[in-house]
Amino acid sequence: MAVDKFPVEGSHIMMFARSVGDDNQIYYDDEYAKGTEPGGVIAPPTFAQSSAQFDPDYFLRPKPGADWFGSGKEATGIKKEPGSGGGGGGGGGLHAEQHFEYHRHIGPGDVLTATVKQGEGWEKEGKRSGKLIFSETITEYHDQNGELVITARGVGVRTERPVDQ
Amino acid sequence: MALSASNLNAGDTYTESLVEDLKRTQIVMYAGASGDYNPVHTDEKFTKELAGYPSVFAHGMLTMGMTGTMLTNYVGDGRLTKFGVRFTSQVWPGDSLNATATVEDVTDGIVNLKVETTNQDGTVVLSGYAAARVD
Repeated sequence: MAVDKFPVEGSHIMMFARSVGDDNQIYYDDEYAKGTEPGGVIAPPTFAQSSAQFDPDYFLRPKPGADWFGSGKEATGIKKEPGSGGGGGGGGGLHAEQHFEYHRHIGPGDVLTATVKQGEGWEKEGKRSGKLIFSETITEYHDQNGELVITARGVGVRTERPVDQ
Repeated sequence: MALSASNLNAGDTYTESLVEDLKRTQIVMYAGASGDYNPVHTDEKFTKELAGYPSVFAHGMLTMGMTGTMLTNYVGDGRLTKFGVRFTSQVWPGDSLNATATVEDVTDGIVNLKVETTNQDGTVVLSGYAAARVD
């Protein structure tokens, strides 16, 4: 997702590290982090994914006054059923691959931008879910000095039907 | 903390338990922190009745994030240069995950690792690679 301004903040890093069950002090303790090789708090390796928080239009976040496809009284808040079970992930498709290249490790105080390029698309016949439609996006994160800090490549997949269990 | 090239050999492995009996609440924590509120991860009613799955399931990126903890514990903080994965099977509440890094080679101060995360049945849920600077 393209993001104009992704301010990297200490409390967000702490919450993100907690959510992946990582209690490493380098993600929340300034004093401890000063004595480590990076010399300060840094973000965990997959933190850039949370740039979704800074995309005002991110489609997997409910927004005030807008319909939301999750459940309330009914199983979905969208009157018209979203596709015919299409997507295999309930609207967002499924995440097939994710790759990161770290040019520098980011930390609190960095202000990033994310620019997105559409990559390749391809199709495959899946045993457990029918036709699979893959699409690739490449996201480049630059810092406040215009330096490239992270290159991310994601592959999403939409399935013909939910994946058999 | 950091690894030393002279102590690394192809085939060396490092394994950590990532989670025992994954809780729905942890998936909710990940949704909140990452900003990915896709209801298939937190909304049982939607996921069963509309999406057609037996229950909510973890974000692939939660599994990748937990696997990243194993990697940074192994290679040291700020040492990763690459980390990439394929999500090969869904992760469900109640799952217990183990992640292993296997040394493939060490070249010019960089260790290349094969990365794999499996569930309690031995099913591979994440398969990938990482590279890190070593001393």
